[in-house]
Amino acid sequence: MIAAAGLRKSYGPTVVLEDVSLALGPGQCLALLGPNGAGKTTLLRILATLIRPTAGFLLVGGVDATRHPEAARNVIGMVGHGSYVYEDLTALENLRFWTTLGGHDASAPRLQAALRQVELDGVADERARTFSAGMKRRLALARVVLGRPRLLLLDEPFTGLDRQGRKWLSEFLLEFKAGGGAVVLATHSLGAGLAVADRVAVLASGRMAVDQSCADLSWEDLRQLYDNLTEGNGPAQ
Amino acid sequence: MTAYARRTWIVLWKDLLTERRSKENLNALVLFALLFLFLFQFALGADRERLQAALPGLMWLGFILAGLLGLGRSFLAERDNDCWEGLLQSPGDKSAIYLGKLLANLATMAVVEAVMVTLFGFFYNVSLWATLGPLTVVIALGTLGLAAMGTLFAAMTAQVRARELLFPVLLLPAQVPVLLATVSATESVLLGEPLSAAAPWLKLLAGADVVYLVIGLLTFEFVIEN
Repeated sequence: MIAAAGLRKSYGPTVVLEDVSLALGPGQCLALLGPNGAGKTTLLRILATLIRPTAGFLLVGGVDATRHPEAARNVIGMVGHGSYVYEDLTALENLRFWTTLGGHDASAPRLQAALRQVELDGVADERARTFSAGMKRRLALARVVLGRPRLLLLDEPFTGLDRQGRKWLSEFLLEFKAGGGAVVLATHSLGAGLAVADRVAVLASGRMAVDQSCADLSWEDLRQLYDNLTEGNGPAQ
Repeated sequence: MTAYARRTWIVLWKDLLTERRSKENLNALVLFALLFLFLFQFALGADRERLQAALPGLMWLGFILAGLLGLGRSFLAERDNDCWEGLLQSPGDKSAIYLGKLLANLATMAVVEAVMVTLFGFFYNVSLWATLGPLTVVIALGTLGLAAMGTLFAAMTAQVRARELLFPVLLLPAQVPVLLATVSATESVLLGEPLSAAAPWLKLLAGADVVYLVIGLLTFEFVIEN
């Protein structure tokens, strides 16, 4: 689903990402970890074709995403820091807008079904202005699902969710994976991230410090590594 | 309906619906129109001849200033909750988004201009009823030119820190041909001359509209992607 090699992103003299490579197949989930400023969001935005890498190669869904971002976007669904929610529209209207804009079927039963899936069917006709952060995140996921993506890119998806919301999201992602979808999630929530991930990648100072299967990495090793990174001690070897 | 038309329609629908609910732009613009006419009534006094000479320019000054206020805000709603990023990420021809935004801007400006024209008659005691048909043609052509470039520049400056300053600095020079043609054509129409008397200006206006519209449609994707 994703094949990236030698990705580099710099803004003038500031290098944000350096020589990042990763590969992810259908039905796999990659948890992208790293301290603040490590380049996780930049990497996600590059994978989402929202920004272009300064150098490197990126294939998304078999499409050269650096040359043909439009074609790659057909398979990508992204939930970033923002929820892409219009506050003055209702939940249903928000979904109608994004689904039609994406060129998908925006029939009422389909939108209602998506709202049921994220457990927001009870507030379908309420304006998003009245929603909590967690509800907006669920609405964002409903929007993404309606686009039928094969690759889901999530930036801090567990932030702002209560315990029940985290559990619901984990189940949702496992179901998405089981359907053949690939997921990349950038998170600080190690526990929640590892519950759904097959692989863990750790970014430190814009470089990929670790990219391993969850099976090869013990919880303690990962926690130690992560603590070292977030305390600024550099990646553990 | 084609996919392109559906995408254009949904942007128009969303913008009009959010405006109808929030009334952020419309209320401010109608209030601005009232204040504008009120202030210029004091500045020009009751001299009818002076007023007659100043009316076309005054009318378009009002439209342009209201346009600067309204058009400049047309992409600000997209900044909330990173909706801008969603627009960028949506697959398909981005010019449909431009067209939808342009139509929504035209609808808002049409309401504001209708209010302003009505108030012009009331504040300056001039009857615009007899010239309403030709005047509507001139205003429609002028507004299209203003909104076509205004929508594009609003997208260009939406993510810039000094957008309030940059937007008029970019838009006003580009509006020189439109302003020249609209003020002259409006003057001719208000003098009671037939529309054919203003034909050269109307042709210039229509030409500028087509050029601005094509520029907007062709460059919008590049503008928002960069």
